[in-house]
Amino acid sequence: MGAAPAPAYDPGTARREEAYAALGQVMDPELDEPITDLGFVRSLELTGEAAGDLEVHLRLPTSFCSPNFAYLMASDAKDVLTALPWARRVVVELDDHHDSDLINRGLAADAGYLGTFRHEAEHDLEELRMTFRRKAHAAAMERCLTGLLRRDPDRPVESLGGVTLGELPQDRYAGALRRRRSALGLPDSPDAPVLVDHTGRGYPPEEVPLALRRARSTRISIDGNAHFCRGLLRTRYPGSDADQVPRPDGAEQADDPTFIPLTTLVPAAAGTTRR
Amino acid sequence: MYTKDDESYFIVDAHIALWDARPENQRTIHGKQFIDCFYDYHRNLSPESEVWSYEEYLYQGGERLMKDLFEDGYVDHAIFQPAYLGEFYNTGFGQTEEASALARAHPDKLTYNHNFDPRNGEVGLEQLRRDAERFDLKGVKLYTAEWHGDSRGWKLDDPWAYRYFEACQELGIKNIHIHKGPTIRPLDRDSFDVADVDHVATDFTELNFVVEHVGLPRLEDFCWIATQEPNVHGGLAVAMPFIHTRPRYFAQIIGELLYWIGEDRIQFSSDYALWTPKWLIERFVDFQIPEDMTEYAPLTLAQKKKILGLNAARMYDLDVPAELRLPEAEQDAGEPDVGPRQPEAADLARA
Repeated sequence: MGAAPAPAYDPGTARREEAYAALGQVMDPELDEPITDLGFVRSLELTGEAAGDLEVHLRLPTSFCSPNFAYLMASDAKDVLTALPWARRVVVELDDHHDSDLINRGLAADAGYLGTFRHEAEHDLEELRMTFRRKAHAAAMERCLTGLLRRDPDRPVESLGGVTLGELPQDRYAGALRRRRSALGLPDSPDAPVLVDHTGRGYPPEEVPLALRRARSTRISIDGNAHFCRGLLRTRYPGSDADQVPRPDGAEQADDPTFIPLTTLVPAAAGTTRR
Repeated sequence: MYTKDDESYFIVDAHIALWDARPENQRTIHGKQFIDCFYDYHRNLSPESEVWSYEEYLYQGGERLMKDLFEDGYVDHAIFQPAYLGEFYNTGFGQTEEASALARAHPDKLTYNHNFDPRNGEVGLEQLRRDAERFDLKGVKLYTAEWHGDSRGWKLDDPWAYRYFEACQELGIKNIHIHKGPTIRPLDRDSFDVADVDHVATDFTELNFVVEHVGLPRLEDFCWIATQEPNVHGGLAVAMPFIHTRPRYFAQIIGELLYWIGEDRIQFSSDYALWTPKWLIERFVDFQIPEDMTEYAPLTLAQKKKILGLNAARMYDLDVPAELRLPEAEQDAGEPDVGPRQPEAADLARA
């Protein structure tokens, strides 16, 4: 018979892709990036006869990453996977964390944050999540406005208070800003001012320089932390750079995993520190 | 002292440790995880030539410490900032006896700061009084994420902490170093939150609060608080080695600090034995803000001298040789106590 038969439709692969895409909706709240881009998804397996059983393992840059953030990401991952129409049994486990046992038990029992950490937790995590949404918004706003200043150094900084969404170049920075705005419920119309706080309040001209300056320090914090965490993940898990999508914001040479393969510097010690 | 291009610098390493993380001292798996985390920081941020083996990293001892800091490392004076971590290590992480004995043997080179935990209540308060006398304490290092029985953290503005700060004022323990970096707990509160520093800095104006790791990864929160509180300082532990792998990020950190809190309240530290001071000092003296970062003014020689040692020397009343001091006119930048330092550099367009 001539041509080879077309490969059979492989629901495992399609579902795997679908599951991975769903995990791409889960953000590290602090770094403002999807856990898939950060390389935090260690494995994703479809098991069971109907391939509707999913097991996902997450990993983080250190054993001591904040447990509240760790819990947020792991429980968000379980939520997005459970929401897939074909998903049957979803297991999400966090590996190599000082609270792995506690968090994994809590996830398995769907105990929620308060149920997982019991006496140590007094409030749920929505407020914390909101704090980082505000920071992500401030950083995205600063990137856009600083971009305008870089292009036109003669522009008075006070004038930035009057810039509207419609005046921004329609690039990825503007796109990122609009997503952050919608997460906070801020207006998306072309005439909406860009420089606003998390409630949508703008600034009079004399307050604009300081507002921009504060947003800048927020952006520097997030960018720096994101690259530090990415680097630490690569140090802790050799080869994990293959799972990371490069982050352009605030990038430096050292962020390119091909530039300094730090994990190769101490090959003798690597075996003693890994499990 | 470090000399380069006919300029000499008085060096104070304001945050060092003599730790023991060897397996025999690890009380739980968390003891191993903790030192592994440090070792990953070390491997991730160090130049290739400065990377130690894992075994070297677990414990250094006094002799090696003296060599790394004072023979090889240009340091004139260093200050122990020990973390106790008694739930992770049998005899604690920082070695109280060994470090304090070393400081007694070299009083001109070393200052021993100790720690306290307000969850020890009255007993701990009495201990603090004894420790203050025994070690002649000028400062303490506080680790609010310390585990303690069922509790996995405390806040600087807890009522018992206030009792301890009152004791500090009375005992002349003026310099309160606070670890605000990668932490563990408290849980449902943001573990890196520096808001509690704001409260105590306002209520204890006689004390200096040195926020170690300049609040990273919450630099902006730290800067905002420090801008408003003249007795809040920034320690560069863990921020320093970014000078190698991420020099532009380092430039931004220094640029932001100079803008928000000014040149008189920033302290160099290697965070030994996370890193050794030699290469950090060499690189900092050579360091300059990249030219395209027009939002920041270039670093001046006086700023470098203050950060590398003169600021901490003043806080700890250290004797700085006359030739290593700054001329009178440059000693005080004449900056305001509160508010941003460089309002004229508040935006890109005007720089």
